[in-house]
Amino acid sequence: MADAAVSTGLIAKPADWGAESPSARTLRRLLRRKGALLGLLVIALFVAVAVLAPLIAPYDPTAQTWTAVRKPPSLAHWLGTDDVGRDILSRVMFGARASLLAGVVSVAIAIAIGLPAGMLAGYLGGFIDALLSRMTDAMLACPFLILAIALAAFLGPSLTNAMIAIGISTTPIFVRLTRGQVMAVKVEDYVEAARAVGNPHWRIVLVHVLPNILPTLIVQATLSMAGAIIAEAALSFLGLGQQPPAPSWGSMLNSAQRFLVTSLGWRCGRGSRSS
Amino acid sequence: MLTFLGRRLLQVVPTLFFVSIIIFSLQQLLPGDPALIMAGEDRDPQVIAQIRQQYHLDRPLHVQYVYWIRGVLSGNLGESMRIKQPVLELIRDKLPVTIQLASMAIVIALLIGVSAGVVSAVKKDTVWDYGANVFALWGISTPNFWLGIMLIFLFSVKLGWLPASGYVRLGEDWRASLAATIMPAFVLGNAIAGVLMRHTRSAMLQVLDSDYVRTARAKGLLERSVILKHAMRNALTPVITLGAIEFGTLLSGAVLTEQIFSIPGFGKLIVDAVFNRDYAVVQGVVLVTATTYIVLNLIADVAYIMVNPRLRS
Repeated sequence: MADAAVSTGLIAKPADWGAESPSARTLRRLLRRKGALLGLLVIALFVAVAVLAPLIAPYDPTAQTWTAVRKPPSLAHWLGTDDVGRDILSRVMFGARASLLAGVVSVAIAIAIGLPAGMLAGYLGGFIDALLSRMTDAMLACPFLILAIALAAFLGPSLTNAMIAIGISTTPIFVRLTRGQVMAVKVEDYVEAARAVGNPHWRIVLVHVLPNILPTLIVQATLSMAGAIIAEAALSFLGLGQQPPAPSWGSMLNSAQRFLVTSLGWRCGRGSRSS
Repeated sequence: MLTFLGRRLLQVVPTLFFVSIIIFSLQQLLPGDPALIMAGEDRDPQVIAQIRQQYHLDRPLHVQYVYWIRGVLSGNLGESMRIKQPVLELIRDKLPVTIQLASMAIVIALLIGVSAGVVSAVKKDTVWDYGANVFALWGISTPNFWLGIMLIFLFSVKLGWLPASGYVRLGEDWRASLAATIMPAFVLGNAIAGVLMRHTRSAMLQVLDSDYVRTARAKGLLERSVILKHAMRNALTPVITLGAIEFGTLLSGAVLTEQIFSIPGFGKLIVDAVFNRDYAVVQGVVLVTATTYIVLNLIADVAYIMVNPRLRS
């Protein structure tokens, strides 16, 4: 009927009707939104800097030069040098690796634990749901950073342990979100239909429920990634994340604080990147 | 109301039970034998055996838990290995400092967040609105430790107006105490102000669109009185309860902020404990924080019902 309406000229046929693929449509929508495009560019730039750090960093981030200690920005060192003569620009570039890695790995850990747990709770209900929900409540009752600090403290200070700690602390959000989504989706007609034709539970969950709850989880994952990056910087700032001499934005900020009186360019350069 | 309160209280019990399990299991994460760690340099087998017996480390895990929870329930959170002082005493000593900081931060956050939220809702789609939104985004995405360092640089190093670090008790000299805590309180408050602003804005927009505000305007009331007396009062209910929930952010933020400004509060206690491997203190702090957070959430829920008559029945 719609086609008939178009052919008779009742509805104007859009130029891209039927010809556009989903990815092309996404791209077109993205190009129309200036804010989203700008955000994408900034993220792309950060990822490129992190990935290409060994190629584009002007110096070795751990190489110390005792002749150039705490120098202000110059042509040789664009952001100056730190207290043991390391190039700050190179350290900021390599530090981006720790931050992005922490963001991705922590959220991956959180999803790996939270998604199956949430699906179990939401799909099965009953005792399992009550048990998992109370455990989630208990984890949510501990403020995120304090739980991460406590976990990192007991696991021992290192970037890997910091990522595990942040990942575990982020898990309850995913359990709760997945549970809620699964509970909403599992009563839909198409799930009912899948059950009626005799699909086993695992197939219903993986093929019919999971794809329909993914969009919400992806949004939460991006939000959590931002939180994880800040949490990594915070743990490194406290000395519980990336260990020296490997660079990380948080630990750089921490060591810079001791020389607060002497040079400004130094902190602004890296602090604004942490934000 | 009473049934709700009873049901809500009943929910708290299992949550607290699982919190205690999480905190107890933290010590199981320790790599190696805790008795060996506690014995320190002195690896005398007799000392290790004695420590095992004293802390019931030679018993099965669930028995250890029962011993531990029995101690916690009777107010014994263990002893700090470093300063040889009961953990409860340490917490009692440090908590008031953080409470002072947190209260100041909440006041600052409410002052900035609520006024910015109201202005941006009333002047929707104007420069004021955009400005307030940019401010909220800035507040949410600025890490405490960066803002803290920048403030120290500006107000202590460059201008010399405020002390860069340290703490004076409110009772000793209130002026010095306020001077020492205003910067960290602002750092903490700033992080929440953005969230409060966003919520105030959306609540205000909703209320300003409602029938009773239209009636108030139709009666010919002054716009100021419509906004302050009719709209804001109703819009603030969710915001105030949100304040209680944001307390968790405040405590997390306090850990970093107290570290930067060298304020001997709750946050500094946990950080120092982490570095001195003073695990009993870490556990104690997490336990007290989580319990406070649960109780505050409970109060927030009850307060929400009390101020909203429609939910009371």
